[in-house]
Amino acid sequence: MTPRLIAALTLFSLLAVSAMSASALEIKMAMVRVDYPELRPISRLEEKAQDIGFAGAELALQDIATTGQFMGHSYELETDSVASEDLLTRVAELRAEGFGIIALSARAAELIAAADSASDLLFLNIAATDTRLRSADCRANMLHITPSAAMRADAVAQFSAVKQWKRWFLVYGSNPSDITLADEYRRAAQKFGLSITDEREILDTGGARRADTGHVAVQRQIPVLVQNPKDHDVVIAADASDVFAPYLPFHLWTPRPTMGAAGLRPVSFNPATESWGGMQFQSRFDKLAGRYVTEADYDAWLALRAIGEAVVRTGVNDPAELRSFMLSEEFELAAFKGQPVTFRNWNGQMRQPVLLYDGRINASVSPQEGFLHQFSPLDTLGLDRPESVCDLFERDQR
Amino acid sequence: MKFICALAFAALSSTAQADRIFVSNERGNTVSVIDGTTWEVLTEFDAGLRPRGIIVSPDGKKLYVCASDDNLVRVFDTATYEEIHTLPSGPDPELFVLDPSGQRLYVANEDDNLVTVVDTETHEVLAEVPVGVEPEGMAVSPDGKFVVNTSETTNMAHFIDTETNVIRYNALVDQRPRYAGYSQDGKRLYVTAEIGGTVTVFDIASDGSPTEVGKIRFDVPGVQTEWLQPVGGLVTKDGKLLFVALGPSNRVAVVNTETLEVEKYILVGERVWQLAFTSDEKYLLTTNGNSNDITVIDVARQEALRSIQVGQQPWGVAVAYGLN
Repeated sequence: MTPRLIAALTLFSLLAVSAMSASALEIKMAMVRVDYPELRPISRLEEKAQDIGFAGAELALQDIATTGQFMGHSYELETDSVASEDLLTRVAELRAEGFGIIALSARAAELIAAADSASDLLFLNIAATDTRLRSADCRANMLHITPSAAMRADAVAQFSAVKQWKRWFLVYGSNPSDITLADEYRRAAQKFGLSITDEREILDTGGARRADTGHVAVQRQIPVLVQNPKDHDVVIAADASDVFAPYLPFHLWTPRPTMGAAGLRPVSFNPATESWGGMQFQSRFDKLAGRYVTEADYDAWLALRAIGEAVVRTGVNDPAELRSFMLSEEFELAAFKGQPVTFRNWNGQMRQPVLLYDGRINASVSPQEGFLHQFSPLDTLGLDRPESVCDLFERDQR
Repeated sequence: MKFICALAFAALSSTAQADRIFVSNERGNTVSVIDGTTWEVLTEFDAGLRPRGIIVSPDGKKLYVCASDDNLVRVFDTATYEEIHTLPSGPDPELFVLDPSGQRLYVANEDDNLVTVVDTETHEVLAEVPVGVEPEGMAVSPDGKFVVNTSETTNMAHFIDTETNVIRYNALVDQRPRYAGYSQDGKRLYVTAEIGGTVTVFDIASDGSPTEVGKIRFDVPGVQTEWLQPVGGLVTKDGKLLFVALGPSNRVAVVNTETLEVEKYILVGERVWQLAFTSDEKYLLTTNGNSNDITVIDVARQEALRSIQVGQQPWGVAVAYGLN
């Protein structure tokens, strides 16, 4: 008997005694990050690391590969950053190389284009919060890991309602994404019985960013822009473009707490989260990346971890089969948020709690106690079944 | 009400058991000592940084404590509370088990995906067994032939052959498995899943291999299912009842192991975590991490009798039998 044959037999006998069906399976996953030309953030604490997102994907690979070794599953991960004009070429290449699953960090237009260019691939949206991607612009081959803007606005509104901060002063930017975000807050206020007593638009003139004169100019401008508002309990900052929100809390005319894009922010994760076993995730991530985790890393981790879980439970690597399992009632995943995360089978959005983070600690987590739902309290956040007009999913499963 | 309490107290006192109860206080960095006869807190001593897993040696003389942030196991004299020595444990030890002879300690290293095997006499590390991500729950089969480890992110129970220190079987369970425990006859294994909200039940064959035979689920009217998070567990000696600590729901479930149905939910302190029986199995002790106390449950009546204040964030509980 040749040594190789003996080795093969030993392996076979090991697999044979395993309590579950272990069979060789290869899973090829990619994480693609589209890098857009961007201004630097207002705060240098928010400068993006070179490996942002990728580090989260690497951690997920380590986690699921460890599990895979007990099942005879092996995973391959490709991480790529591309310019937006090169995305479709890269997707086509990955498809040709046999990659069936792509976690994609991109804006809505590129996400839709990528999904439409390869209908047999499964895409996981790990960056775009646009609610329309979960409704009119949904795609059957795209699941959404990152919480939608609607979920985030609802998370803020629930907390505000619990605090009895019922009157909002909405301050929003002038870019299209800011206008859309302001609409999310108007809708959320109505959903939870809050009123918007006053609104202000802050024009993005291109000059309000961090400059040598920094706070001096800002200290003069912001109070003027928000002066004499009608009575309100809280200021809601709708600034998707990072133009003014960080300056807002301490340059208001009327001193009130700020929520939204500054002050208390709705996020999927942050480096301060220790609860629900989170410390173990943080330790593993810090060790791997040599820095703190960001939302982008967590969302990438969560996307691939969800794939790993679906592979473990189904024993298949086919994107369509994995998709249908992830949308089924059998799928659930522990994500360091205190309760299992699952997927909405009407639009592919992952159900999950939204953390309310003040930059140092989680001040709270939504859904808040007392907001009830006939199916899951998590569905009080974002588009519920009747609210989404997406009709590309099998709505009758649940 | 006062009269009933007095009666209960008298009942407790008359069943003179010379048990000594040790509670690890995760945030207080101490161990609280309670007299199992009078329920009096005798003392609280320093036990290193972030003490969690806690067990007493089979002869009742040694107390082993996982000092998680010291990255070692501290060993104390159960009579004098003096530290005798330390044992290497590998990084971030959380939970551990002793084999029935007391010779070998099996430690789950949460941050390194390992189970470390330590000789309690020579103080040497005998083996490091690679397991799944975030190893946590540990159990040893009554015949000592297998050690079971559960890994919280891999969602598996790994069955380690203690002769070879190699994993022989793997079994999938639900999300975030926390605790594994054998019945005394070794024919059953229970694995709790904190986020899955279930207990997976395995029949164990004579070769140690597991076969899943059912799941235990929990439901309390008026309590969100997300709060019913099974963590610690314990089977009675006769194997008929399984007690399951349900974390933030502040309840302990009493499960009939034949029907796998919950017979009763007992209200205890806040964030109930780990469980231990007194030597005569008359009382079940629960650690309640958020209310900083332990609850004493009457096992026969399935009722909570009293709570005893201990240190900050009690985590684990172990009982030394027959001490004076």
